[in-house]
Amino acid sequence: MALLELQHLKKYYATQKAVDDISFKLEPGSIFGLLGPNGAGKTTLLRMITGIFFPDEGEIIFDGAKFNPINDIIKIGYMPEERGLYKKMKIGEQAMYLAQLKGLSKSEALEKIKFWFKRLEMETWWNKKVEDLSKGMSQKLQFVITVLHEPKLIILDEPFSGLDPLNANLIKDEIYGLAQRGSTIIFSTHRMEQVEEICDHIVLVNLGKKVLDGSLQQIKQEFKENKFNIQLGGVAGVSVSDAFDILDTKANKLVVKIKEGHSSNDVLKHFIQQGINIEAFNEILPSLNDIFIRIVEGTNAKSRSFMQVEN
Amino acid sequence: MNKILLVARREFLTRVQKKTFLLTTILLPLIIFGFYAMMIYFSVNAGEDIKIAVADEAGYFNGKIENQDEIKFSFLKNETPYSLKTKLESGQYDGYVYVPASAKDNGDTIQLVSAKSITIITRGQIEGILNKSLEEKRLLSLNIRPSQLDSIQHSKVVKFTTMEGAEDSEVKAGVSYGVGYISGFLIYIILFIYGTMVMRGVMEEKVSRIAEVIVSSVKPFQLMLGKIFGIGAVGLVQFIIWVVLVFGLQLLLPLLFPGLMGHMPQQPISPGAMGAAQSAQASGAMAGIMQGLSEINFPLIIGCFIFYFLGGYLLYSSLFAAVGSAVNEDPQDAQSLMLPITMPIIFAIVIMTKAVNEPASGLAVFGSLFPLTSPIVMMARIAHGVPYPVPYWQLITSMLLLIAGFLGTAWVAAKIYRTGILLYGKKVTWKEMWKWAFRKS
Repeated sequence: MALLELQHLKKYYATQKAVDDISFKLEPGSIFGLLGPNGAGKTTLLRMITGIFFPDEGEIIFDGAKFNPINDIIKIGYMPEERGLYKKMKIGEQAMYLAQLKGLSKSEALEKIKFWFKRLEMETWWNKKVEDLSKGMSQKLQFVITVLHEPKLIILDEPFSGLDPLNANLIKDEIYGLAQRGSTIIFSTHRMEQVEEICDHIVLVNLGKKVLDGSLQQIKQEFKENKFNIQLGGVAGVSVSDAFDILDTKANKLVVKIKEGHSSNDVLKHFIQQGINIEAFNEILPSLNDIFIRIVEGTNAKSRSFMQVEN
Repeated sequence: MNKILLVARREFLTRVQKKTFLLTTILLPLIIFGFYAMMIYFSVNAGEDIKIAVADEAGYFNGKIENQDEIKFSFLKNETPYSLKTKLESGQYDGYVYVPASAKDNGDTIQLVSAKSITIITRGQIEGILNKSLEEKRLLSLNIRPSQLDSIQHSKVVKFTTMEGAEDSEVKAGVSYGVGYISGFLIYIILFIYGTMVMRGVMEEKVSRIAEVIVSSVKPFQLMLGKIFGIGAVGLVQFIIWVVLVFGLQLLLPLLFPGLMGHMPQQPISPGAMGAAQSAQASGAMAGIMQGLSEINFPLIIGCFIFYFLGGYLLYSSLFAAVGSAVNEDPQDAQSLMLPITMPIIFAIVIMTKAVNEPASGLAVFGSLFPLTSPIVMMARIAHGVPYPVPYWQLITSMLLLIAGFLGTAWVAAKIYRTGILLYGKKVTWKEMWKWAFRKS
């Protein structure tokens, strides 16, 4: 059963349809990528899922029942893109405060904060103030505050921005760990390489609408262009075949595109018949980056224009 | 509810633990005390005596002028203007009056020559003393004793009584005026200080970008109320400490200046009644003021003060919170957005200055009922008394309206706040805020 299900969610602002009829499901334990260009409606969508905004229309089903922000808030951890901390407050006190706001009792909060601070080697920070922390350090603190109550649903909006590779890896490992322990993670970003690395399932939104929804493999298959890499033993005078076009030649490496009605075996047959050794043969799947650019550019809307919305 | 308390607790503790809180809370009364102590010190020992030589050849003053405060007169015989001048130059006297034998006691002016310029107040005093002693002499020449004149001048013919039979003495009206003015003004200051404190708190949360983190676990309304309550508690604590300190220190005054009460009976502590100090019948005025004060219902006034302080604070601070939520990094935006809130407060002060004089006038009644002005205006009226000139129904209506007003502004402010706090990088206009407040959701 899905942990989170959005049904025809809509949120209109005065000048634009921020979220326009979006539906999708999230399986428990998955790492889910929410992608989209700037201003696609990602933040609005996340704010509805976290109960900050109410949808104009549509339903959110969370953990088997209609989403009720007051009770369900403790099951959600949200790290917004625009995040910050009280600069003058001590870090330990701040974590305690935010954990208690989530609904943890004082003793629970203390126990969990100690656990996480130890885990991420932050124990010495307790009496420091946020203004003494570097950006990366406060990012780490943000992460701890988001996940310390072990929520069922963790929402991370650009969690790696400003982190060095070392700390980014540390956080990444924690994200995997949380997913393994049963948390579902929504990961919102426009860094495609991170999505390819981390996510099982993605949804792409653009102009407030869902344009892609599926597992990473599925989507790549869907967008593949029948391109293959071939590495040949020795440079051969390449002959023309009606099974494929050669797009690129680099010494003994070729990039070919198989024509409609032919299969990869036709390509192999062609070279085998010519007595050329085939050293390597693999399919080129499009990168998420390519897919993203193709879809978003296709809509002719790199930036949104404003329009009057009747509501 | 629990979360509101959590937020309020943090707001309260972080502010109270700050060094600036301790400084302003403890230092301010000390400064006020020091200021008064200095004022009183200087008015008791107002510098050096001013010695004036009087060479009264014509016998104008019958050889006697009463010394007053630091002005001392001494009569000299057989002096010429020239010899007086040398005495002035040698510093023996600060000034001299020379009345030649040929002078007639009517029309001729007396000339006072002084070494240094004499301040306006001292000039007035000297003039008064000289006039008075001349007046007495002239009266005596008409066979009227000063006591007779007093009985003519001071018999009070008109006595003001209200329809309800309450005595409406002038002194009491004056004291009520002072008390009303001071408490109205205090509320005005409180509204501003703590209102802007709330506004800055909201702005801080928005600018530091913690708002969205918090709002994902607490409803914006809870966050706003928690902030308002927390800062309100700070204000109450601070205020109580001030009151205790100021009164405590004032009890110390007589210990520090043992001769004070004997010397200066006409110098009451409250600046509102300072004007009374000039009157010649000082001790009488003091007694009148004490009597006036005793006629004022202080438990009622203090109770109402706390009610209107809290009510007014709650009402305005939610508006200040709404403005804070709409402001971005630029503090200049805050200035222009604050204007519509500060207008009614200033308007209230204007009505208040009328209301302390005419507590039963239509404008005063309106101002004391209308929730945006009532905290300030009602305090000015209450000082004059309940049930006259403030009937119970007006007091109760005003209180109920204030509570309703708070609920109203909190409701409106919460809607603005909810939207504003998550909106970054955009300058918000009043028109937009109005839309946020009143659109259906």
